[in-house]
Amino acid sequence: MSDVPATPSLIAQTASPAPHVRGYWGNVWNRLKYDQVTLFFLILIIAIILSAVFAPWLAPFDPNKSSMAARLKPVMFKSFYLGTDEQGRDILSRLIWGGRTSLVMGISPVFLATVIGGFFGVFAGYAGGKLNTAIMRTMDVFFAFPSVLLAVAISGSLGSGLVNQMITLTIVLIPPICRVAETATSQVRTMDFIDAARASGAGTMSILFRHVLVNVMSPVMVYSSTLVSASILLASGLSFLGLGVSPPTPDWGLMLSTLRQSIYVQPLVCALPGVAILITSIAFNLVSDGLRQAMDVKA
Amino acid sequence: MTIAVPERHLLPVPPGHPHDRGGKAQPMLIVQNLRKFFPIHGGILNRKVAEVKAVDNVSFSVQKGETLGVVGESGCGKSTLARLLMHLMPSDQGTLVFDGDPVDEPRGISLRDLRRNMQMVFQDSYSSLNPRLPILESIAYGPSVHGVKRADAKAKARDLLEKVGLKPDLFAGRYPHELSGGQKQRVNIARALALGPRMLILDEAVSALDKSVEAQVLNLLGYLKRHFNLTYMFISHDLHVVQYVSDRVLVMYLGQVVEIGPVKQIYEAPKHPYTMALLKSRLIIDPDTRIEIPPLVGDPPNPINPPSGCRFRTRCPYAEAICAERAPSLGNATYARDEHLAACHITNPIAGHSMAGQTLQALDGEDIVKRATEAH
Repeated sequence: MSDVPATPSLIAQTASPAPHVRGYWGNVWNRLKYDQVTLFFLILIIAIILSAVFAPWLAPFDPNKSSMAARLKPVMFKSFYLGTDEQGRDILSRLIWGGRTSLVMGISPVFLATVIGGFFGVFAGYAGGKLNTAIMRTMDVFFAFPSVLLAVAISGSLGSGLVNQMITLTIVLIPPICRVAETATSQVRTMDFIDAARASGAGTMSILFRHVLVNVMSPVMVYSSTLVSASILLASGLSFLGLGVSPPTPDWGLMLSTLRQSIYVQPLVCALPGVAILITSIAFNLVSDGLRQAMDVKA
Repeated sequence: MTIAVPERHLLPVPPGHPHDRGGKAQPMLIVQNLRKFFPIHGGILNRKVAEVKAVDNVSFSVQKGETLGVVGESGCGKSTLARLLMHLMPSDQGTLVFDGDPVDEPRGISLRDLRRNMQMVFQDSYSSLNPRLPILESIAYGPSVHGVKRADAKAKARDLLEKVGLKPDLFAGRYPHELSGGQKQRVNIARALALGPRMLILDEAVSALDKSVEAQVLNLLGYLKRHFNLTYMFISHDLHVVQYVSDRVLVMYLGQVVEIGPVKQIYEAPKHPYTMALLKSRLIIDPDTRIEIPPLVGDPPNPINPPSGCRFRTRCPYAEAICAERAPSLGNATYARDEHLAACHITNPIAGHSMAGQTLQALDGEDIVKRATEAH
């Protein structure tokens, strides 16, 4: 076998030498590097996350320490750089601490829903047939409700609190992620390379992990990242309605709800938690948009 | 008008492959009474209302070291046949014997072993490579599934890349979207060869390539066949290419084999009117001899409800009453080696067809055109 000339001469070898070959993630990073908007908001998100993580060291005051004398003070009042709320608590400190709840509410339900919904979606898409129908029609039942209504209904029956809010949001987010995973999987499943893998004797598990998941992952991840901001908004909404964390825990939605009554006294200060929600969700949206573009490999 | 094709030097049965079991005379693959009907569901209760007869009682054999060309219109069941042979879908009926060992039977060869010995190259080079795997990984995947060590599998894959004419240093780490169509098809061939198969099923493997690249890949296939001692089943709708590569040709119509025989006899003296019409529909380069009336008109009949008797009779210029009554038999195609068989009543002197015993050449090819146009 080795004594036959290696290659027939008819073969063109004109491809220009590639100096070094990047992997998939190398390619993604290379495209992301030149996308300044995405990079800026990525840094912003990292800053928000860091400030939430290091809240005890960053916050100038105890977020729960109230003061009867310094209630509803304006921005830049003494050392309260962003003013105080109706109980005289420092807004800046509460925003920094509140970022913890908001980020946890934004990221963890999406993560859980991606794992659970992704599993069901890939399973339904790969199995096809009656199993697919059973799983996807069940998801459709949840789809039928507007997400806010569904969240309020589940949250209302589970009761308030951090864990219950997380469960609520996870349940609300599972159906759309499942749908995306199912669509991507059924597209991949019909491709010839799956047949080629089967023809080479590969088992179902090997095909799922080596061929299906790698192709399903990027659309699902991109879609999930757009849901982070939706999840933050939904969580804030639930807190605003009193279905989220209980006071006095600092939470952007809850702050918005309590400060609402003072909007004619200190309009700017009352709007600040809303601004925080706005900036965070816009940042997550733009970053996921940039990620989608960077991860869109023309195959 | 025939096109100059180099005289085929019929390859002798190649000297024993290290994995040869049945000896020279044993066909590489025997297919007997293979059948696949796709059910059609409908109605309120989603019950089976009909069946598409995609492959209906197909029998043939592939000799060791030969290239068997498979031709036919689109939708005649060529690809279904390939997928059935690879066991990518279950067949309804039929037996396969690979080099003397019945496939997937207690005393025969296991499906896993069959797949090591028989591989397939797919038509669509775009969808047949995983877009998220570097091509070296795609090639090395098969061996690693069969328990070869990763490093060995990769070394083998590099070797194969070299063999299909892609420099491993340049191409190993590339992704499919960084390759041209021809290069992708070379990778597909390398992937199919990674398990060291003895037989390759080439399902329209060069049909999607442009002519110059097609020629390169065909030459590559010829080289690989000699180098690795391979047997090919070459499925194509391109009659010129099939003539160029094949030792024998099998013609399919509506899920059935209508004619099988050595390439020279099929192309020079077809026995079945369908083969005749197919060959007439080839494009001729000489403008003076071009034909303006299609030799074959209309679409093939619905495979859900094929015509009675001979399935070609609705489009056949020689169809008679007998053709609707009885289906012509192909003869013993399972063990045919150099025999030229056709499923047509004309070839059978006792079938009762008025033209029985005559050759189609004697009936004059031009007639087909005239009769066909008159008939419609």
